[in-house]
Amino acid sequence: MTATVKPVRRRKATFIDRLYLPAIFKGLSITFKRMFKPKVTMQYPEETWTVGERYRGVPVLVKDDEGREKCVACSLCEYVCPPKAIYIVGQELEEGNKVERGPAVFDINMLRCIYCGLCEEACPEEAIFMSKQYTVSGATREELVFNKDKLYELGGVRSKGVKKWKDK
Amino acid sequence: MMDLLTIVPAAFLASIWDWFALAEDGSVTFGWALGRLLLLLLIVHIILILSALMVWAERRVSAWMQDRLGPNRVGPEGLLQPLADLGKFMFKEDVIPKHVNKWMYTLAPAITVVPAMIMFAVIPYTGTVDEEGVATSWQIANLDIGALYVLAVAGLGVYGITLGGWASNSKYSLLGGVRASAQMISYELSLGLAIVPVILMTGSLNLGDMVNWQSQNGWLILTQPLAFFVFLTSSYAETNRLPFDMPESETELVAGYHTEYSSMKFALFFMAEYTAMAVGAALAVTLFLGGWTFFGLEKIHWTVGVLIFSVKVLFFMFAFIWVRWTIPRFRYDQLMRLGWAIFLPLMLVNIMMTAGALALGWSWLLWILPVALLGTAFFVAWLGWKRDEDRYQPLPTSPPAGGEA
Repeated sequence: MTATVKPVRRRKATFIDRLYLPAIFKGLSITFKRMFKPKVTMQYPEETWTVGERYRGVPVLVKDDEGREKCVACSLCEYVCPPKAIYIVGQELEEGNKVERGPAVFDINMLRCIYCGLCEEACPEEAIFMSKQYTVSGATREELVFNKDKLYELGGVRSKGVKKWKDK
Repeated sequence: MMDLLTIVPAAFLASIWDWFALAEDGSVTFGWALGRLLLLLLIVHIILILSALMVWAERRVSAWMQDRLGPNRVGPEGLLQPLADLGKFMFKEDVIPKHVNKWMYTLAPAITVVPAMIMFAVIPYTGTVDEEGVATSWQIANLDIGALYVLAVAGLGVYGITLGGWASNSKYSLLGGVRASAQMISYELSLGLAIVPVILMTGSLNLGDMVNWQSQNGWLILTQPLAFFVFLTSSYAETNRLPFDMPESETELVAGYHTEYSSMKFALFFMAEYTAMAVGAALAVTLFLGGWTFFGLEKIHWTVGVLIFSVKVLFFMFAFIWVRWTIPRFRYDQLMRLGWAIFLPLMLVNIMMTAGALALGWSWLLWILPVALLGTAFFVAWLGWKRDEDRYQPLPTSPPAGGEA
């Protein structure tokens, strides 16, 4: 292998070039014009990004149109979660519910979560989703373990997707 | 009743005004001395506030030039940012390293900031014009050797920097200090020589007289553009601003002479730099751009003179910032060559031409240089447009062996 050589046309510095004055004034005019160009700075707390459709933010739990918890506590997400951030305790639901099982406890430790989105992929009920929430902060470690209520509050209702329990 | 309402306050004001004036025979009164002192305090504070605001302006303007916004959170448009900075400086720990020469180390910031501030004493900020168009400038101190005073005091500023660099007892600081003194010697010379034609033409060392001369005979930038250019460039070097910030050069000397400084001692160096900028701008305006005069506009009232002077000075302050964020730093040898091999002979020739023209009474000779300069500028512009391609070296006809190009 020989090195690829690309001849570059170089300009010889003339006397005028070596005075530097034309270059300096050109530079000054460029910086002056730049002052009035639109700025690229985004003023964060007031202005925020629009994140992409498939952005992976905080994982959240959702309810269906009827306000029913979609999660059936199958623990697939708990099993697949690489950093073991999810903790689920399932419970049997009383007679009259469309499904037999639901989560009694559903904690996601946001200090451990790596936002990989595997829980969303593993969920057979489409009950857990990666939201667009990217600001996670807390004063204590306990605050950053999101419990079921918090996760439903963040997730809300999602009417799209599978509705296999609708007419049961 | 109406008369009483108008006359009494007017008479009262006039009596206060008279109390601050010199006595009839021109001797000094207590009121006059007190008035001078108050004026001094006022102007010193204006300079201090101005230099604080310049820090804000520097950050905003540099941000705008780089498509950013800059500090805009503290107060309207970030105008109170200097206050926040000051608070930070005040509460920072004032570290005095063990290895420094404590006495010199403490003295250095003061030595730097004082000369920069006292230079303002001789700069005329406004004045009055009588019916015949003869202007009288107002200064804090109406020194007859104003120009010499300015040059002498400007040279003192470097002692603080060199002393600070030496007393810090660290390599980078010492290098910064040494560079500062070397640079000051090189550029003080062309700075002084650039003022000489002005002195020759106005026939006075008094800065007020220079403004008065210019208000009658036209601004000196017209007849001495080269001296103006060299003066401006040298004042950039004197104030250690880019492209001549060799003593500081944060990328190579980690801030040079003030590496070891913190808290208000550092702030004093900072303040000295911005005050020196203000003085440089005010001097350029006074010596070459007619000071507080502007084509008869100053005849309205003396306050208009203040306004004109401020606008001109602020423009040059802006130019300091503008140049800083446009031109990269010179190399040390380039800096020295520019000072000794280019500016020095140029200024000597300029002085010879001016002196010759004045001695022989050939006023047309005074116009040769500006005309020649303008001609050169046009020639350069024309050459720049004319077949830019010709100045490229031809490509080799066949690529070097093994090359795929």
